[in-house]
Amino acid sequence: MRFVLVAGLLLAGCATTSAKVDTPSAKAATPKWNADPFPSTYKAYPSVPTAIINATVYDGEGGRIERGTVFMSAGKMIAVGGPDTTVPDGTTVIDGTGKWVTPGIIDIHSHLGDYPSPQVAAHSDGNEATGPVRAEVWAEHSVWPQDPGFSRALANGGVTALQILPGSANLFGGRSVTIKNVYARTMQGMKFPGAPYGLKMACGENPKRVYGSRNQMPSTRMGNVAVDRQTWAKAVEYKKKLDKGSDVTRDIAMDTLAGVLAGDILVHNHCYRADEMAIVIDMAKEFGYKVSTFHHAVESYKIADLLKANGICSAMWSDWWGFKMESYDAINENIPLVHDAGACAIVHSDDPNGIQRLNQEAAKALADGRRIGINISDEMAWTWLSYNPAKAMGIAEKTGSLKPGKMADVVLWNGNPFSVYTRPERVWIDGAMMYDANDPKRRPVSDFELGQTGEGDVK
Amino acid sequence: MRHFPTKTVCPEPVEGLSFFARWSRRRGRTSTNSARTVFGLAFALVATPATAQTIAITGGTVAIGDGSVPERGTVVMRDGRIVAAGPLVAVPAGASVIDANGKWVSTGIVAGFSRLGLVGVDAVDETNDAGAGKSVFSASISVADAINPRVPAIAVNRAAGVTRAIVAPDGGGSMFVGEGAVIDTGNDADAITKARAFQFVEFGEAGAGRSGGSRAASQTFFRNALDEARDYLRNPNGYDGRSKDSILMRRDVAALVPVMQGKMPLYIHVESGPDILQMLALKKDYPALRLVLVGCVEGWTVARQIAAAGVPVIASALKDLPASFEQLAATQSNVGRMKAAGVMLAIGMIDDNDTRQAQQTTQMAGNLVALTRVPGATGLSWGDAFAAITSKPAEIAGLGNEIGSLRAGRRADVVIWSGDPLELATAVEKVWIDGVAQDLTTRQTRLRDRYLKPQDGALPKAYER
Repeated sequence: MRFVLVAGLLLAGCATTSAKVDTPSAKAATPKWNADPFPSTYKAYPSVPTAIINATVYDGEGGRIERGTVFMSAGKMIAVGGPDTTVPDGTTVIDGTGKWVTPGIIDIHSHLGDYPSPQVAAHSDGNEATGPVRAEVWAEHSVWPQDPGFSRALANGGVTALQILPGSANLFGGRSVTIKNVYARTMQGMKFPGAPYGLKMACGENPKRVYGSRNQMPSTRMGNVAVDRQTWAKAVEYKKKLDKGSDVTRDIAMDTLAGVLAGDILVHNHCYRADEMAIVIDMAKEFGYKVSTFHHAVESYKIADLLKANGICSAMWSDWWGFKMESYDAINENIPLVHDAGACAIVHSDDPNGIQRLNQEAAKALADGRRIGINISDEMAWTWLSYNPAKAMGIAEKTGSLKPGKMADVVLWNGNPFSVYTRPERVWIDGAMMYDANDPKRRPVSDFELGQTGEGDVK
Repeated sequence: MRHFPTKTVCPEPVEGLSFFARWSRRRGRTSTNSARTVFGLAFALVATPATAQTIAITGGTVAIGDGSVPERGTVVMRDGRIVAAGPLVAVPAGASVIDANGKWVSTGIVAGFSRLGLVGVDAVDETNDAGAGKSVFSASISVADAINPRVPAIAVNRAAGVTRAIVAPDGGGSMFVGEGAVIDTGNDADAITKARAFQFVEFGEAGAGRSGGSRAASQTFFRNALDEARDYLRNPNGYDGRSKDSILMRRDVAALVPVMQGKMPLYIHVESGPDILQMLALKKDYPALRLVLVGCVEGWTVARQIAAAGVPVIASALKDLPASFEQLAATQSNVGRMKAAGVMLAIGMIDDNDTRQAQQTTQMAGNLVALTRVPGATGLSWGDAFAAITSKPAEIAGLGNEIGSLRAGRRADVVIWSGDPLELATAVEKVWIDGVAQDLTTRQTRLRDRYLKPQDGALPKAYER
């Protein structure tokens, strides 16, 4: 999918944005240096061939099977079907009667690891708020793999993969990293193999407040966009030189922006207001890049048609509102309205507590939508929780739905996952059972919690 | 499809509404939206001077709020008060009957600990009256003076079935944060159910930070303040406390007198097990104190002692992260374990979006019920969970005879839900506060209706309403 960039096509090539979020929209330059200096060392843990039978199955792409069988082996999804689905001898069979099976939840917006618990100043590693353009930082270099929050997201939330982003103090916050929700000694040990990087950008109040209060640029929304454009203009020049093969002094920030222009790195843009999203969309066309997803997009409902036309996802809360001026117009029906307009809707958390209840957030939004006549099925709503975020993060070929050949990232719920009374019973990641509510030994305890009150408790 | 009204209240309520609102509540009149207009009020004065209307809601599953198991039954209200509620209740002659078959009827939700009504937009300082960190005053700051029933959070939470809220001050430069209030969320200018309902104090990490830097210093500061209150009570004129040099201003000391005497509850924010034990020890030295513990994430580690001391707890429902070093033992089973040990429990949401998100109270309670199905976890029964968000916070605030349940004589705060109030898909269909039917329109529903289709019409969106 990578082609040598033809410089002249750069601007024009991206002006027409196609609908697919995980399709790079421009052509990559061949990097002169190691594009993967902190490679993933994640390895799936051992698994046994396992079949869950008689469960209600949401396949993650909108399909639903009653009395379904989900069969996984060697870390992969092998088969998903009805009661007549056969599994080989020697398979561990779990009766899922009265229970639900879904793909693992994927949180596209988390700060676990870079704003870990306990939230003490020594752990505040999410915002390199020393300048509005900090594209050179990588969130993965802040991720503390001992954050106790990962275990809560797993056991209570059924979260199997997540994107860790830098914060929103800066216009260019730096690179994100996608990880599997499996504890490891190192960040690299959690890193999702082959997941593309993201670039965190931010609109609106935060950058202008942080720098405006220091009497620096940007102090206004127009300042935000001016600094953005100036930076993209430099990035385009930098990339031109790279593509020509000319001698370039390496610039770590520009590497990331060139990666965005090449379509290798996906833009995740914190942006609340509809009018600002529209400006970003035009700015992206001006410089030839693609926005994957607007995050905290509380006003997406106002421009759902525009977002659909530009193939941009919205990552949203169900009912957060009013905490700042740019969240004043948030409404509970945002998610279903975006979905109903044919645009890509995602439920996200941005919160170590919210990540434990993303299924509940989806359920609330779904019900709010139905009350205004937007009838989305439960199984279709699950796309907000796994497949759509997977697409927006560029990992939909690997996970996000229960299609054969994909990673076996699976949750068995002890009831309907859109009920408040339901919790994960077991969670598999790459086919390995990483949580079992019935087995305290399948309950991860981070180094931080070892030897402290509450170690190994139900959480 | 859409059951919400297309025409709504005028966004700028008429000045002087307060008197009429109080009047109409005393009359128990079940107003409609239009009663919030001048015309409606005038009409009410002329046409319904003595309609002590009796309303009977029949056929619904009735959740009284007292911990009992919900049963199908009838709720009767008159003159702004509950007459009767339950399975054997008859419909009085002449009552106006509302059919709630297939629905649930309950007492309104009481936000056990909030900052509701104090903030328009949290991050817009001018609208944020939750805290006063730069004030020279502390214990005498009364949030009742700042409650603004027009902030959107009031309407949003009313529309979610929250009819009353315990409101505490926030922030401040002193461990004595000030006097809390109990409010209703009614669509009128008169929000105060009880002003000066309790004193709020920060202990633990926050209290230490505000009293010099250590927990020991906060204990000393606290004890000294009560000593000063005692001195003040003996000889008010002899107390010097009008200058910034005083440790406590005169008004602040005066505000602590009823606390010291046990006439006003003392809500204490504390999280860790050891800190909780320190608070219980305070009671030995000051036996009159009516302690209420708020937060209490590690309460389960000392649950037996809390129960033995007879101190109620307004707990954060779902905190399970070691968010700070005073919350290392956090678990969602905290509430269930305290309850099992015999602690009197309500659910609050201190410092957790507590200016706006009391609407999530039912979801939190539902999650505590969910824990009863998780091996090794301890949750609450449905009845106990619902009591923890209705009657218990009312009782802890000393208002159990007034609000928080459908028991006879309580104020008629009634909600009709489309189903189980704790379930995620359930909608609020009707709300009465003090027997007055409430408008459930919010800024959010107005915006939603404007943008059901995002495209502009014949005129810009600004012309659509």
